[in-house]
Amino acid sequence: MTQVELLEVNNIGISFGGLRAVDNVSLTIKNGQLYGLIGPNGSGKTTLFNMITGVYKPTSGTFYFNGENLTGKSPVEINKKGIARTFQNIRLFKNMSVIDNVKVGLHNKHKYTMFESILRLPRFFHEEQKMEEEALELLGVFDLDKEKDSLACNLPYGKQRKLEIARALATGPKLLLLDEPAAGMNPNETEELMETIRFIRDNFNMTILLIEHDMKLVSGICEEISVLNFGTLLASGKTSEVLNNPEVIAAYLGE
Amino acid sequence: MKRINLKSHRNLIFVAAAIVVYAFIAYGMNSNLLPRATQTLAIKACYNVILALSLSLIVGFLGELSLGHAGFFALGAYSGCIFSINSNLPIELRFVLAALIGGTVAAIGGFLISSSILRLQGDYLAIVTLAFGEIIRSFIKIIPVTGGTAGLGGIPSLGSKLKTFTFSYVFVILTILVIRNIVASSHGRAITSIRDNAIAAESIGINIKLYKIKVFTVGAFFAGIAGVILGHYINFIEPANFNYNVSIEILVMVVLGGMGNLLGSIIAAVVITFLPEILRGFDQYRLLIYALALIFMMLASNSPRIINFRVKAREKAAGLYKKLFTRKEE
Repeated sequence: MTQVELLEVNNIGISFGGLRAVDNVSLTIKNGQLYGLIGPNGSGKTTLFNMITGVYKPTSGTFYFNGENLTGKSPVEINKKGIARTFQNIRLFKNMSVIDNVKVGLHNKHKYTMFESILRLPRFFHEEQKMEEEALELLGVFDLDKEKDSLACNLPYGKQRKLEIARALATGPKLLLLDEPAAGMNPNETEELMETIRFIRDNFNMTILLIEHDMKLVSGICEEISVLNFGTLLASGKTSEVLNNPEVIAAYLGE
Repeated sequence: MKRINLKSHRNLIFVAAAIVVYAFIAYGMNSNLLPRATQTLAIKACYNVILALSLSLIVGFLGELSLGHAGFFALGAYSGCIFSINSNLPIELRFVLAALIGGTVAAIGGFLISSSILRLQGDYLAIVTLAFGEIIRSFIKIIPVTGGTAGLGGIPSLGSKLKTFTFSYVFVILTILVIRNIVASSHGRAITSIRDNAIAAESIGINIKLYKIKVFTVGAFFAGIAGVILGHYINFIEPANFNYNVSIEILVMVVLGGMGNLLGSIIAAVVITFLPEILRGFDQYRLLIYALALIFMMLASNSPRIINFRVKAREKAAGLYKKLFTRKEE
């Protein structure tokens, strides 16, 4: 595996009025890594995600993706560069079918103009065909192909999480950000999710950064982790080392 | 077992329905079997369907509440009709060109207005579009070329009612095709995804601003065409034809038809066109009935029990359909 730096965050920070939500955080993620981000509630993990995906504009610091400065770019541009994400509170397109959710993710990959769709020119059928095939393939990976025509809101919770990951993967990212993928899952489902995450990493050549509170999942699959506390970086490094760090134990894990 | 392609069947049904409806009304008009009022309303239904479909794209699929649709309707009506009055071409060609000009001018209006309200959402967007609709109407009142409050007269007629209906009907079919083809495409999915969850749509690379502009432009284009049909049918237009009550009435059609349901919008537009005639005795209660119908629709489309019922009914219908149209291969 090539150990090239894929994401480099330098002293990034953001203030909302007088509140310094994230301050001076730096981290480096290498190609192909499974990287964890942990910390107490309100420590700024999701805010950091929102900055990396362009939802918030950082008020200080920069981040580089694949050697390119993407600080302050829009979510659309950042997604096109190859960063995709899921959300802590699932954000599916609830009134669309399962397969259409994935097809929206393929929107920028197989393009045709609105004009071509109005006149139903050959390109339309050609690209639609490709979209259908790729969407079915992705759904197959997540075992969702049987439910392809049901509405996304009718899926059980665990499958909704999976569909959200499938949709993010459809955009063809290099880096996948997962925001608490195991939230609300029972131990069995979590176990299955760990398998899925490993599978994605190996089969899609993906680099994954994930926020998680489930320590079993984090210590089970993450190679490196960072710990946030009150918006600042408390520790980062090899998972086992960080989890034995007395400061981390005091701030987050508990004695 | 050989499966029948449901989609191509649906297209066939659409073509057949379009021809049957046309044949029925054309025959009724030609032989004067249809009452005069119904003949007039048939033409009104044409432009109402176009209006409802074009607003459905904005409200039902993009999910933005626009209360200024009458403004685009007016832009199209005035620009198309002014062209028509000042032109010497054969009337049929003149009408088609007027429709294109009216549509284009309205589309430009839609483009400009939507570009200026990109940051707004929800209620704020609704209020601003309402204001834009009224601004357009006020402008029409003061500039001389439109005849001001006195109205614009002398708009040429296509001739017989049947001819007007035929031309309008062709535009209705074109509108249905174009809007359906947009909705049932990658662009339609992108538009619907913005309605369902704008933040998620952005996170997977859907350009919200671009689609807002596109949808408003296309919607305004068809509203403009509807305006041209109105002008050539009543031969006289005035600013009062385009006040905000008209916007609300179009919105009622879209909501009654079920948001994001094209066939529903078409049916609702036709029903609302004919309703005042059917309920002539209850004229004073018309708005009351609209309000009650809207409240009922809101309850019906959100009540889990009714949604469940609908899903089951649909499944049953699909099962029946399959039984009827699936043949064993010999």
